Amino acid sequence: MTEQQARDAYLTALAEVAPEVDPAEIDPQRDLGEQLEIDSIDFLNLIVALAGKTGIKVPERDYPQLRTVNGAVTYLSTSSP
Amino acid sequence: MPALGADMEAGTLLEWRVKPGDAVKRGDIIAVVDTDKAEIEVEVFEDGVVEELLVEEGTKVPVGTPLARLQGANGEAPAPTPEQVAAAEPTPPPEPPAPAAAPPPSPAPAASSTPSEHRPRVSPLARRTADRLHVDLAEVEGSGPGGSIVQADVERAAGVLPEPADEVAEPPPPAAQPEPPPPAPSEPAPSSHQDAMRKAIGALMARSKREVPHYYLEHQIEISRALAWLEERNRERAVSERLLPAVMLLRAVARATAETPALNGFWVDDAFQPASGVHLGVAISLRGGGLVAPAIHDADRKDLDQLMAELRDLVSRARAGRLRSSEMSDPTLTVTSLGEQGADLVQGVIYPPQVALVGFGAIRERPWAADGMVGAKPVVTATLAGDHRASDGIVGSRFLALIARKLQNPEEDE
Repeated sequence: MTEQQARDAYLTALAEVAPEVDPAEIDPQRDLGEQLEIDSIDFLNLIVALAGKTGIKVPERDYPQLRTVNGAVTYLSTSSP
Repeated sequence: MPALGADMEAGTLLEWRVKPGDAVKRGDIIAVVDTDKAEIEVEVFEDGVVEELLVEEGTKVPVGTPLARLQGANGEAPAPTPEQVAAAEPTPPPEPPAPAAAPPPSPAPAASSTPSEHRPRVSPLARRTADRLHVDLAEVEGSGPGGSIVQADVERAAGVLPEPADEVAEPPPPAAQPEPPPPAPSEPAPSSHQDAMRKAIGALMARSKREVPHYYLEHQIEISRALAWLEERNRERAVSERLLPAVMLLRAVARATAETPALNGFWVDDAFQPASGVHLGVAISLRGGGLVAPAIHDADRKDLDQLMAELRDLVSRARAGRLRSSEMSDPTLTVTSLGEQGADLVQGVIYPPQVALVGFGAIRERPWAADGMVGAKPVVTATLAGDHRASDGIVGSRFLALIARKLQNPEEDE
């Protein structure tokens, strides 16, 4: 998928987990848990939502790469389902 | 009106979920109540048939006020169970006890200011849900008594799926599900709730510090074995079935609590009352601020999959304002974890009338000495805040060591 598609998928999944967040206010380089109220359950829900949208099943050891928008975009656009 | 927290004095009945003539089973949700901090679904304690609803929607009544009359299965009014009586007695009552008979209910809020139109009744809960979800009540079809509009109608109109009707008939807690339920969309609590919640948390914590002589213990736990075991299990699973380290910690605490009765119960009237089950309170932070610590019932008897499903369900319902009365009134001991971004350890404040609080800090890689060598290992710091009236440090110390031991042997207790 393209980087734009990856960004859209990630932000849509994030909106399901944290509906009160304005995507425009997210710092793409900062860890999500630091800047938003995202705990381990929220993060798992995010991974589940992403798997549903992209078909990409993220192994646990790769979780750190999905904790920032930029990291996620790189990861998702270079992975195959 | 149940006491849904040690500090609760009164609640407002927002919506009835039953009407006279309905048969109810223990655990069915009969009403939704506003405690000023949160909306809580109230469960019925006994099987029976609803005879009469005693409090009108929209009315605020003191804790202990009868809400409804039920006819027991054998035709007699059931006696209150010990839990019901305990729940009805907040410690301590600030005023002389309210009269046992229901006070004359104040009239329900006027439905409309245009008397020429026929508008169906709207329950107070439905009205605030409509505000929250930006739904125009004029376009909602009512399914309640007399065509009145209830919360579920508003949620349907908003496209938010309500809980299926037959889920109400299942007694809590939910049985293990093959897949965790999808997270319910969660909205931040209305700001009046947040303010009241902040005040209530403050009052409860101040009371705890004033009345409870806390002792504090900590214990560092090396959990590489537990994490490796978990990763192995998760590798074969669908993403939605993965287990979090948090449930390993919860299970270890629950099982250790089952073996340490002195930490599992309540301090009431200058004496310790041991609880009959391990109902683990889990501290959950709410979006936009605030904290609740509802119970996972019989947490010591549940396996990791059940704990995970229930934890996810609890977090999602806590944030959506759909907790149940038994979850609020039943915790026998509480666990708090500040999460992966947070502090190394948390020395917490006990929730009265409980006598213990377990805390976990962030799991971090640290230097760890074992067998004469130092390596880098994932370590978590567990803490215990104990009520010194109910237990001494030696009990707490053994308890933490027991939790550590259980986490070294994750394959046991399977």
